[in-house]
Amino acid sequence: MLELYEGGLNVPEIITRWYAEEAQFNYGAYIPFIGTVREEDGIDGLSFDVYEPILNGWFDAWQSKAEALGAKLKMAHSRGDVLVHQSSYIAAVFSPKRRVALETIEKFVEDFKVSAPIWKYDLRGGQRLYAADRSTPILGAGILGEKQ
Amino acid sequence: MITIEFLGPIQKAPLTLEASSLRDVAEVLKQDSEMTQWLENCAVAVNDTLVASLDTPLKSGDKVSLLPPVCGG
Repeated sequence: MLELYEGGLNVPEIITRWYAEEAQFNYGAYIPFIGTVREEDGIDGLSFDVYEPILNGWFDAWQSKAEALGAKLKMAHSRGDVLVHQSSYIAAVFSPKRRVALETIEKFVEDFKVSAPIWKYDLRGGQRLYAADRSTPILGAGILGEKQ
Repeated sequence: MITIEFLGPIQKAPLTLEASSLRDVAEVLKQDSEMTQWLENCAVAVNDTLVASLDTPLKSGDKVSLLPPVCGG
């Protein structure tokens, strides 16, 4: 399940609802990872663009990997502006046992950072500035710049 | 005709042009000074599937998307 929201996430509602949704499926472990916007370098917040068609395909491929391990993934992310101390990202894994849950959440979140088609901007002084120095080219990027 | 769309921070309106492969798209975009900073670091998708070769064939109606470096979360 992949959920996108305008602005900051309602974290208590989302993680409580996810807990309730899976409560009867005999999962022994539920690990949510919550990403919160920190006050740093004078920013007012962050802002996000999301390209949903490819994000959906990326998430579905991860869900298939998780299912093969008996686990299930959920994810919520913001579009648009998210102010300092609000949250923009929740990833969660449900699994029968802790080891699969711990390993899956780490791999999922790390791959998310370098593969999910989401672009981050700093909000500063009324401007929306692309966070180029914190961004990572997607694996296989650069083919259009190759010498022919 | 194919359509090229520029995602995220690339501030550029979609283009339509004739192209039979991504090689043709690369040739056109290399002439565009606005795109110089992006060609080396953008991933490319055809009809929302990421591709890895300039020889990827294109047909009329295809959508080519340029995805600059990402940072979710």
